[in-house]
Amino acid sequence: MIVHREPEAIVFENVSKFYGETLGVNKVSLSIPPGITSLVGPNGSGKTTLMNLIAGLLQPTRGSIAVCGLSPGDPERFFRTVGYATQYDGFPRGLTGWQFVHGYLRLFGFSPADTERMAWEAIDRAGLREAAPRKIAGYSKGMRQRIKLAQAIAHRPRVLVLDEPLNGLDPLARAETIALFRDLGREGSHVLISSHVLHEVDLISDQVVMMSQGYVVAEGQIRGVRSEISDQPMQILIRCDKPEYLAARLFQQEQVVEARVHADRGGLLVRTRHAESFYKLLNHIALNGVQIESVAPADEDAQSVYEYLIGHEEPTK
Amino acid sequence: MNLWKQQILAIMRIDLAKTFFSRRGLWIYALAFCPAVPMLGLLLLGRGQRQLGDDVQIFAGIFQFFFLRVAIFFGCVGIFMNLFRGEMLDKSLHYYLLAPLRREVIVAGKFLSGLIAAIVIFCGSVLVQWFLLFIHHGSILNAYMFSGPGLSHLVSYVIAAALACIGYGSVFLWAGVRYRNPLIPAAVILVWESANGILPALLKKISIIYWLQSVCPISIPAPRGPGQGILALLISDINPAPARVAILNLLLLAAFVLIWAALRARKMEIAYATD
Repeated sequence: MIVHREPEAIVFENVSKFYGETLGVNKVSLSIPPGITSLVGPNGSGKTTLMNLIAGLLQPTRGSIAVCGLSPGDPERFFRTVGYATQYDGFPRGLTGWQFVHGYLRLFGFSPADTERMAWEAIDRAGLREAAPRKIAGYSKGMRQRIKLAQAIAHRPRVLVLDEPLNGLDPLARAETIALFRDLGREGSHVLISSHVLHEVDLISDQVVMMSQGYVVAEGQIRGVRSEISDQPMQILIRCDKPEYLAARLFQQEQVVEARVHADRGGLLVRTRHAESFYKLLNHIALNGVQIESVAPADEDAQSVYEYLIGHEEPTK
Repeated sequence: MNLWKQQILAIMRIDLAKTFFSRRGLWIYALAFCPAVPMLGLLLLGRGQRQLGDDVQIFAGIFQFFFLRVAIFFGCVGIFMNLFRGEMLDKSLHYYLLAPLRREVIVAGKFLSGLIAAIVIFCGSVLVQWFLLFIHHGSILNAYMFSGPGLSHLVSYVIAAALACIGYGSVFLWAGVRYRNPLIPAAVILVWESANGILPALLKKISIIYWLQSVCPISIPAPRGPGQGILALLISDINPAPARVAILNLLLLAAFVLIWAALRARKMEIAYATD
């Protein structure tokens, strides 16, 4: 893959990272555009390594990384553009939530008034105003996740890297946090998230990067990635009034691999190798007495694509 | 105020609080102030039984044999090695590494935090010990301090303690940046510093304790009789360097080691799982 130094993208050029003889990531070439991108892969696939490489916490054994044209080797400019909430659950000893965010902002050299205002804004966005004066050591896992998020967004970075940011959050906080990601994505930020909850990946992401054993196995929009998996027939769910009749008709067609009546008998699930010609055929059948309510791809989601590409291994970090 | 100064001050605000008020650091206070305990005992029990000259020798002996070689040495191990390595073990070092800070600025901020803490604790202890040991001399002390060499001796001891913090602090900060287990280089340095008394003249100078002893105002005479073999390990018989040269050399050593640590910090990676 040819990668260009795009000023608004996160660009990896043939990046490899080895820990001694252990592979972290290998030959990663990627260009991630603005929007919300999910990083998905099983345990040990290299997601955290990739994120740490972006933030300069690790240095590549080979290759180079640029974030909006900036390198972590120039931290004074780089970290004004990038915010990173790591998966590490360690905090400087003895700090309150407020001190954690405020102290971080002081390192940027903002004026005292701006530092205070920005710290409260970030803490408010993370929903921690009441807990902010308390020591982080007494926070729950979810609160620690949120204070890390507050720290990462406090200086209003254009690029936000979040390693498992939804871990430990209760359902309400999850929904609020996802809404926050969407807001940030709409504002034109890069939001790169690693997650192991695949249905949330579908909810959140504009695009995905799938990793396995240190390699990037797919990248792009889910639909695009799915369409490139030619060895797996497309699954299409058709809602109609005569599923048995439609199944019998479709099964005679060459491009249909499987046609199965749905368990609720209100439709059928079809697998086909040629989606385009199948849709044309369906139009023809619909004109011959079958009432079709809806036609929708059934496997253009992260879970299905993940299973096709990586298998059934649990997609934890 | 330029950005680097602001950043260094911001680092110091966080790190000073950790160093001064951490429960983990209580042993450093104990180590720093333990010589004051027998001095307090002498003050309470032995009033009027010693000559001023005896106390000057007692103070010099405790300062050179215990305070410099044990208390400040191990105190600096505890303070300066933890500046980086302790945060690596706590998995919190990335807090600084994810801020718009040059690694050199992080090293400078952390070193200054450690240095201020060490100087306050150990120079404070010198003053307390001096007060406890000499206060009972009354008017003789007044004459010793303000008409004799007493005040300049006290200043020299405070400077020697501060220089020990700078010298050992820079070396142990470097060890904390450079090594996963910095206690091993600390042990090697301890052996080298302890053996200074029996090293050839040239090798004596490749140590911190030689230059610190040169700043001390009183030379301890080599002991005679039984036990001199063991004490010879600690006592340097060579001529001390002029104090100004010693101070300059210690400052240059610290600057060199800190620059080395800063260059090393540029390559530092966060790999908590393996640390």
